[in-house]
Amino acid sequence: MDAILFFGFSAILLSAAIGVVIARNPVHSALFLVTTMVTMSVFFLMQDAPLVAIVQIVVYASAIVVLFLFVIMLLGVDRHESLDDGRRFQRPAAAILGVLALAGLLSLTVGHWQLGGHRLSGRSISDNGDNVRPLARTLFTHFAWPFEVTAVLLVIAVVGSVVLARRSSRPAPNPDAANPLQQGSAR
Amino acid sequence: MTLVAGLFDISTQHYFVVGALLFTIGAVGLLVRKNTIVMFMCVELMLNAVNLTFVAFSKALDDAAGQAAVFFTLIVAAAEVAVGLAIIVAIFRRRQGVTADDIDLLKG
Repeated sequence: MDAILFFGFSAILLSAAIGVVIARNPVHSALFLVTTMVTMSVFFLMQDAPLVAIVQIVVYASAIVVLFLFVIMLLGVDRHESLDDGRRFQRPAAAILGVLALAGLLSLTVGHWQLGGHRLSGRSISDNGDNVRPLARTLFTHFAWPFEVTAVLLVIAVVGSVVLARRSSRPAPNPDAANPLQQGSAR
Repeated sequence: MTLVAGLFDISTQHYFVVGALLFTIGAVGLLVRKNTIVMFMCVELMLNAVNLTFVAFSKALDDAAGQAAVFFTLIVAAAEVAVGLAIIVAIFRRRQGVTADDIDLLKG
């Protein structure tokens, strides 16, 4: 039963991930991304992480992918994109690098390794079947300083995105006139 | 025979293999795609593979720190998407395109 669930959802996860990469339309990529996120949350549920699974759906599958779709629709780039490669060496190079990365990761995974008995947080993932309490205690005691740092990071991200996306009151200079040395065509 | 029996006995290693495959798909996608929005989605795939590995280690060690680390990855991913998409919108305003090949002003 476990094996059926695992292999079934692995197949869905990996094929949806390949779909993100090879879909010509960015909207289809975003929808494949939703599929991978939801499947991933099933994996989290199977590994006794119900809170992480819920947060995965709420934050990733809802907020982040909706942000992606919003920007795709805002910019109007939801048309089919040519997958043809202008540079001939790019795709073989990517394939070679991918094979190398996969070989390295799999040799780490399948090779001989063992886990120490060391617990970083000193807390089990389940406190009488309760996953939220040990996670919250870990976040607010052992990881209190990183937690505060992420608050700063989020504030910087919000301010940065507002500054970047704000429409300047001055008219933007013509990009082609601004750089006469630019080679090739922009489009 | 033991190999086949081990294949269907789901262990932590199985999740690591799925994480490795997902990470590689994301990395190759980041290299081959030219649409910057899809490139960002591939980065999300890679971050998700890391999350899966964190949760698998958390289960294997029975340690809440792995699941806590997933939250930090999520926050970093959210910040990255917010800033990255703002940059894409700013680029689109000036150049009317989001293809990575167009953004070559720094090329000599």
